Amino acid sequence: MVQYWPARLDASFAALSDATRRGVLEQLGRENASITALAERFRMTLTGMKKHVGVLEQAGLVTTQKVGRVRTCRLGPRRLEDATAWIERYRRLWDARFDELEQVVDKLKRKEKGNGDQDRK
Amino acid sequence: METRTASEPTPMKNRTTSERKSPRELVVSRTINGPARIVFEAWTKPELFKQWWVPKSFGLTLLSCDMDVRPGGKYKLVFKHGASEPMAFYGRYTEVTPPARLVWTNEEGGEDGSVTTVTFKEEGGKTLVVLTELYPSKEALDAAIASGSTSGDMNETFEQLDALVVTLK
Repeated sequence: MVQYWPARLDASFAALSDATRRGVLEQLGRENASITALAERFRMTLTGMKKHVGVLEQAGLVTTQKVGRVRTCRLGPRRLEDATAWIERYRRLWDARFDELEQVVDKLKRKEKGNGDQDRK
Repeated sequence: METRTASEPTPMKNRTTSERKSPRELVVSRTINGPARIVFEAWTKPELFKQWWVPKSFGLTLLSCDMDVRPGGKYKLVFKHGASEPMAFYGRYTEVTPPARLVWTNEEGGEDGSVTTVTFKEEGGKTLVVLTELYPSKEALDAAIASGSTSGDMNETFEQLDALVVTLK
């Protein structure tokens, strides 16, 4: 029943091991952007951003096109679906779980503060 | 529409992050508004643990929850989803260091099971929780991802969860 993760996704995972690159992909998922705009948004040098985009491009996650002096980036043919979608689902699952944990912790904190004066629920 | 980026944490709610930190590791983290002592208690007392481990939105019922939280102690969680057969998740605690660290094995997956390490780091009355799932090999984690087993086989309920998350944002 276990399906093995296709080998082609290895490059995706390597590309996705970096927080900035994941941010870039999220950003491009919303709208195309120039390398300059991405560099500004992530507060990096142009050279730094070019490197990140290069890695994403090699993994097929991003394509770039130069028009005039501007290089525009967009999501590549290999959509993120497989790799990031799963990591994002995993995050959401934990997010929901941690939300519930916050509530339990909050209850315990209030109970402590009440110093046992209040009745337990 | 502008959406927040990682550099602009939302003030409303603590952010949960997740990443595949290495070929064998998945890491999630979140700051919880409370001292480590209390957060640790919520992870180690079954009656508290039951209240949060399975959010209602998962559509799962926790049938039983046995936890013998001490080094070498066993745990077993049994879930039920709709009309499906109950699923058991079990293993043992290998490290219990209140209120800082908890390590347990996940043995329902046989040899390819992961080891979960949770650390609790308190700062200013809040606790940073970092949970790492370390798999025996890259292939084991790949397989877990492909089969959705890391999530506790909850693929069907992700739609619901997505809906919930949207309302929380």
